[in-house]
Amino acid sequence: MEFIIITLVKTGLVAFILLTTLAYLQWVERKVIAHVQARVGPYRVGPHGLLQPLADVVKLMTKEDLIPDHVNKVFYVLAPFLAVFLALLSISVIPFGPAVEIFGIKTNLGLADINIGILLILAVSSLGVYGIALAGWASNNKYSLMGGLRSAAQMVSYELPMALAIAAPLILSNSLNLREIVDTQAGNWYGIPNWNIFTGGQIFGFFLFMIAAFAETNRIPFDLPEAENELVAGFHVEYSSMKFAGFFMAEYANMITVCSVATVLFLGGWHSPIPSQAGSGVFAALVHFAAAGMLFFHAMHAARPFDKITFPVFGVVISGIGAIFLAGAFVWPALGAAINGLFWYGAKTFILLFVFIWIRATLPRFRYDQLMRFAWLFMFPAALLNMLITAFFVALKG
Amino acid sequence: MPNVPVPLNYYLTLSAILFMIGAAGFIIRRNIITVFMSIELMLNAVNLTFVTFSYQFRQVDGHIYSFFVMVVAAAEAAVGLAIILTVFKNRSTLTIDDVSSMKN
Amino acid sequence: MDLILFIVFAMFAVASALGLILQTHPINSALSLIGVMGSLAVLYLLLGAEFIAAAQLVVYAGAIMVLFLFVIMLLNAGEERNPWKAPVVAYIGGPVVIFLIGAFVYLINFTLPPMRSVSFGDFTGGGPREIGMAIFTKYLLPFEVTSVLILIAIVGAMVLARKEID
Repeated sequence: MEFIIITLVKTGLVAFILLTTLAYLQWVERKVIAHVQARVGPYRVGPHGLLQPLADVVKLMTKEDLIPDHVNKVFYVLAPFLAVFLALLSISVIPFGPAVEIFGIKTNLGLADINIGILLILAVSSLGVYGIALAGWASNNKYSLMGGLRSAAQMVSYELPMALAIAAPLILSNSLNLREIVDTQAGNWYGIPNWNIFTGGQIFGFFLFMIAAFAETNRIPFDLPEAENELVAGFHVEYSSMKFAGFFMAEYANMITVCSVATVLFLGGWHSPIPSQAGSGVFAALVHFAAAGMLFFHAMHAARPFDKITFPVFGVVISGIGAIFLAGAFVWPALGAAINGLFWYGAKTFILLFVFIWIRATLPRFRYDQLMRFAWLFMFPAALLNMLITAFFVALKG
Repeated sequence: MPNVPVPLNYYLTLSAILFMIGAAGFIIRRNIITVFMSIELMLNAVNLTFVTFSYQFRQVDGHIYSFFVMVVAAAEAAVGLAIILTVFKNRSTLTIDDVSSMKN
Repeated sequence: MDLILFIVFAMFAVASALGLILQTHPINSALSLIGVMGSLAVLYLLLGAEFIAAAQLVVYAGAIMVLFLFVIMLLNAGEERNPWKAPVVAYIGGPVVIFLIGAFVYLINFTLPPMRSVSFGDFTGGGPREIGMAIFTKYLLPFEVTSVLILIAIVGAMVLARKEID
């Protein structure tokens, strides 16, 4: 009974945080791209557009929900739900932090801890193509059909190098359980963190995985299924309102999932690069204090009178969070273990998400034949070679 | 909630029903793709039997057999769908009765 | 709990299988087949076959059925015009299928020796470790032969699907 209550609480928390992150990732993406292009981005709703996601949700919910006459109604309605469902499903096996004990309750930070965790993620991500392909087909429109066909071929092609790139860290860790994979990356080797990307020699595998991840999530430079200058908008031409929003939620949720998987497999999950727990707590606190300091500094010469109030408020909140990290480092080690793990996991995932956005602002789109040639003539042999070399060294060592 | 175990016979019965449905589909349908999918359904039913007997004998061998069935099914799907594409290209039809030109 | 899960997913599997052979549009049939595969994956989990359940989703639902869907969409296959063959089939086929199912059910339930009952978590020999040990020791030769088979299938598919056929 206690297990069910704890699981329900954890699921509710994860769902709340995940959905909030989804909404604010949109804001982060718009802001980052705007600043790359020397604009300011969302600015009007709330301080620096911070309430823009809420406004977008209200807008999308109140728009007219069109179902065109010529579509296949069942699959047209089913497709976005399928996309969102499959995208949110795989977060359930990601471990966010170590096993912790708070208020006498001992639990793992993460929802499910299963032996075939990484296989489940592969399975769900290979099912993810149905949402897009069905949407493209059910819309009964030649542009969306082309988008659906492209996404089916692209996602099946990049599934292979992705699975092979994943296989190398699995060989190193000798497990398919994500929590065990993270546990084998604990500690350090002469000051270098014992992560698969460093001491495992998986730097090449990490880049292969990230490239395949871009293709799997249909992001620029591989967003051929929705290439707007050839296909109008690809598979979601005919969608409006919340169904349209469903595809965007699915895309962002997939981004969060692949970044989490990359963190877990290659970047050591929740393990800190700073060996001592107090040290990594102090580092986390310093990051928060620096952010708060920047906010106070900008509040002094704010452009708008509104900012003179909101900036210090946010600064105080963020320095409060930093103080919690300090408390975790020196006063309450049990709490420190939990929040340090969450901090490092979140930081690594967020850096990878930032790379996704950064590349969207930087690179143009590939041509479709280039995309397929790249998958089969470079990615696939390279991933195979990476796996073979890794297996060879593991065999030599053991 | 009491945990009622399921007799293994139920799994075998389900497998038999699925297999017969697949066989019926294989015989009565005309679309070449649907016929092909009926074959996949029969293979799936057989896999269920393998895994069920693996449970009965507490051995992993049944799992390995069903794994091999999956691999062979994948190879078969690749070749079969290529054949279907070629048939469609040459005859522009997917009805199996229309491609029986070897008859007579 | 086991019985409830089994009944729900078995019913879903049978309903989807019937949907596969009764619906006239190939896309509907393909999605019904995916429904069968998904529910079979859950049943594999109940039988303790973790790895096979995941492989079922990755290989069948994630790769083979995507290929089917891709081909159906590519050929733009529409509804079948006369989905059923001769009327004889429609009249005799149904009773024959029901008779055969009845025969199987009789054989399974009355002639087999008594069997175990499945309760979830009782048998855990189907994890990736056990499967890997079996594949790479006892079944090494068949495994290598299947890899050759896959290679042949790839080459065959490439040859068949080429643009010009001489």
